[in-house]
Amino acid sequence: MSVTEQGLLERDKDTMTLNMGPQHPSTHGVFRVILEMDGEVVETAEPEIGYLHTGIEKTSENKRYVHVIPMTDRLDYLNPPGNNLAFCLATEKLLGVEIPERAQALRVIMCELARIASHLVWLGTHALDIGAMTVFLYCWREREMVLDLNEEISGVRMMTSYIRIGGVAKDATRPWLDGIRDFIDYFPAKVDEYESLLTKNPIWMDRTQGIGVFSREEAINWSLSGPALRASGVNWDIRKSRPYSGYEKYGFEVPVYQGGDIYDRYRVRVEEMRQSREIINQAIQKLPTGDYKTPDNKVSLPPRETLHTSMEALIHHFKLVSEGVSVPKGETYVPIEGPRGEVGFYIVSDGTNVPYRVKLRAPSFMAIPGMCQMMTGCYIADVVGIIGSIDIVMGEVDR
Amino acid sequence: MGLIEDAAERVGDEINNLKLNVQDSIEAMDHEYAGSLYDTILTTKLGKVVGWAQKNALWPATFGLACCAIEMMAMANSRWDAARFGAEVFRASPRQADLMIVSGRVSQKMAPILKQIYDQMPEPKWVMSMGACASCGGVFNNYSIVQGVDRVVPVDVYVPGCPPGPEALLYGLIKLQEKIMAEAGTDKAKKRVA
Repeated sequence: MSVTEQGLLERDKDTMTLNMGPQHPSTHGVFRVILEMDGEVVETAEPEIGYLHTGIEKTSENKRYVHVIPMTDRLDYLNPPGNNLAFCLATEKLLGVEIPERAQALRVIMCELARIASHLVWLGTHALDIGAMTVFLYCWREREMVLDLNEEISGVRMMTSYIRIGGVAKDATRPWLDGIRDFIDYFPAKVDEYESLLTKNPIWMDRTQGIGVFSREEAINWSLSGPALRASGVNWDIRKSRPYSGYEKYGFEVPVYQGGDIYDRYRVRVEEMRQSREIINQAIQKLPTGDYKTPDNKVSLPPRETLHTSMEALIHHFKLVSEGVSVPKGETYVPIEGPRGEVGFYIVSDGTNVPYRVKLRAPSFMAIPGMCQMMTGCYIADVVGIIGSIDIVMGEVDR
Repeated sequence: MGLIEDAAERVGDEINNLKLNVQDSIEAMDHEYAGSLYDTILTTKLGKVVGWAQKNALWPATFGLACCAIEMMAMANSRWDAARFGAEVFRASPRQADLMIVSGRVSQKMAPILKQIYDQMPEPKWVMSMGACASCGGVFNNYSIVQGVDRVVPVDVYVPGCPPGPEALLYGLIKLQEKIMAEAGTDKAKKRVA
C-alpha cells in the first residue's frame, strides 16, 4: 500500500469535495456550489454566491427614483416588468398616487407576458439540463414572439423599463394589441405541444418524480415562494392574497400540487403559463379607456402640447426633468408575485429625490438555502435538475 | 602533387560560383517575397485556407454571465440561427472552445475566473465583449463591476447594446470573421498561436 493510499484511508472523513461552478452550463448563471460527495450521493451542499455582485442596491442610493427603474430591469433579467412594477408600487405607495385603471391593465399585461417569457426560458433550459434538447428550441420560438411585443411597445426586447412611477411609459399601440391577440390565440396549442413532449415522457418522469422533495412544512420553513412553494401544496399567490394593480378583477386559477418534487414544480409552471394567457386575454378584452399615467403632474410629466400654453405645466415639466420626483419621508415594503416568487422592494425615503435605501427581497436568493437542503441525500446527476426546478436567476441573487 | 592541387582549386572555384549563384537567387526571392519563408506562395495560401476554416468553425465557450447570456442563447436558437455562420457549437469546456463571448457584467469576484477560463482555451482564440457592461462597465460604474473586460483579457470585437439583440451579436460575429480572414496568413495570425 502506497503512502498516498494510506493517507486516503486514514483521513478522518471519507467524502470527496466536488466543486460545481461558477462557470457551469447547468447552474443558470454564475452560481457555485461545493458538494461533499459520499460516492454518488451528495452529503452536504454549500452555496457560494457573489460572482455577479453588481452593487445595484448601493448604486440606487445615488440615483433618482426614475433612474433606479432601468437598474431594476437588470436584477431579475427574465422578469424586468415585474421588478419595475415592484419598485414603482413601493414608490407610489410612499407618494400616495392613484394609478389610472388603463395603466394598471397595461402593467398587468406586461407582467404576465414577462411571466410567460420567463417560464419559457426556464422550461427550455431546465429540459436541456435534463437532456431534452427539442423543448429548448420550441420554447425559444414562442419567447421570440413575446420579445417582439416588448420591442413594439418599448423599443427594447428585454429591458423594457416600460412601467414608470405613476403609470407606464407610453400608451398601448394598435400593432401591439393586435400582436397580443394573435399571440394569445396561438399560444395554448404550443403549451400542449411542450406537455406532449414532457409530461408523459417516461425519461422525464424518471428524472423528475420523487426527486428534490420538499414537504409543505419544509417549503414554508425554508421560505420558498412562488411555484416552488405551490408545488409543495401551499396555496399562496400574492396576486390572490394581496392583490395589486387590479389583479382581483381577473378570474384565474392558482395551480397547486401536493408532490413537492421537480415534476410538480414543472406542472405548476406549465399551468401558470396557461393562466397568464388567460389573464392577458381578460385584460385585453376589457382594456379600460383613459389615461396611461397619472394626471398628477408632480409625479408624471404633463402632456407635451400643454407646455406652450400653461405656465404651471412648464414649471412641473422643468422641476420633474431637472430634479425628479421627491418622495415624502417614510419607509415601505411592497411585494408582488414574480415568476420565481415574491419580489418585493423595501424603500426608505428621507424626503429627497434620491432613495435613502433600496432593498430587494429576491425570491431566488431566499430559495438558495432550501435548494441546497434539497440536494443533500440526492444523487449527483439530480443536482442540475434541482437547480433547474427552483429556477434561480443570479442577477437577483447577487444583485 | 601539382595536379591534385590544381584539381582542388578548380573544384573550390566551382563551389564558390555555385554559392554566389544561389545567394543571388535567394536575394532575388527575398526581394520578391519580402524575406521570410512564411510568406512564400505555398504557406500564404495555406494560411488563408486555415483562416477560412477557422472563421467558419468558431466554437464559443459557454460563458453566460448575466442578461446578455439570454440574448446569446437566443442567437443560437432557431430564429437567429448562429449555425448559418458556423458558431452554434457552444462548448461547456473552455478546452474545446476558441471563442469567448463575455456576455454580461464582470464583477471583481468573477474577473480572476474569467482570466483562468481564457487561459484554459487553446490557441488561437478570440474574445467578443458582448454588451455595454462587458465593454466598458455600462450603467454600473461602481465598486463591484470591472469597467470593461479588456482590463482582464484582450478583446477582438466589442458589441454595444444593453443587451445587444441577437442580430447585433451576429453582426459582431461577422466582423470577427472578417478580422480572422484579414489576419489569415500574416504575422498577426502567427502570433496568435505563438
